[in-house]
Amino acid sequence: MTLTLSHYLILAAVLFSISIAGIVINRKNIIILLMSIELMLLSVNLNFLAFSHYLNDLAGQVFVFFILTVAAAEAAIGLAILVVLFRNRGSINVEDIKELKW
Amino acid sequence: MIETIIFYVFAVTTVVSACAVVTVRNPVHAALFLVLTFFTSAVIWMTLEAEFLAISLVLVYVGAVMVLFIFVVMMLDINVARMREGFVRHLPLGLAVAVIMLGIMLSVVTSDVFFMDVGSEPVARAADYSNTKALGGVLYTDYVFAFEIAAVILLVAIIAAISLTLRKRGKTKYQSPAAQISVRKADRLRIVKMPSSEE
Repeated sequence: MTLTLSHYLILAAVLFSISIAGIVINRKNIIILLMSIELMLLSVNLNFLAFSHYLNDLAGQVFVFFILTVAAAEAAIGLAILVVLFRNRGSINVEDIKELKW
Repeated sequence: MIETIIFYVFAVTTVVSACAVVTVRNPVHAALFLVLTFFTSAVIWMTLEAEFLAISLVLVYVGAVMVLFIFVVMMLDINVARMREGFVRHLPLGLAVAVIMLGIMLSVVTSDVFFMDVGSEPVARAADYSNTKALGGVLYTDYVFAFEIAAVILLVAIIAAISLTLRKRGKTKYQSPAAQISVRKADRLRIVKMPSSEE
């Protein structure tokens, strides 16, 4: 029994579904929302790597490299916004930040 | 055979810890479970012979991004009870969305219509094949402009994160080096001519 492309694609699909469920369930908690987005990017990266491996094409790995870069930048800026938000409002509840201006 | 066992062990660990990330009460525990998810995913990436990216996943995500997450989670005062509002109420909807999406994706992935041209067996590599070398070979030739743009994105992220969180405090005393080096003798020193008292 050898590993096929489907093994990896199914694992990535399961991970993606879990993170979708996480976004729906934890819609009040912005930290868990950010973590779910990281999980989503991870599952997409797994897809890229699986195809890169089975098609013998390095372009998939280069894409994963850039996705990692952008995800790191996104996490840094998102958390910085979170810190500023907490400093200004004293709360990071999604319910408290639905106004555009205060 | 051994690869299959490794894949299944770490795939199950990944899925279980990913479930824990979205369901545990404490955000710190969620962050730690996310660290576990990244570790096990790195092992799965190893089985795909993407060694460089597996190591950089551990270095960048576990070493930098997750430390940042845990730092922010611990610094902020989080009201867990309020955050959990609506968890039970949204649970059926979340599960339904996840199951439907999973069903659709599995029906695509496991069907015989797609991926007909993908071989079931990957190309066997030579023993001295270096993934890092091969990746660097394409990264610095074919994708060099994209690579430069990635560097610029990181620079923008640094500047944005610092300028967002930088805060000027009113009461802090600090030196002004520009004023210090541009000072002149006339600003500081006053020579007073006085008649001598002893005649």
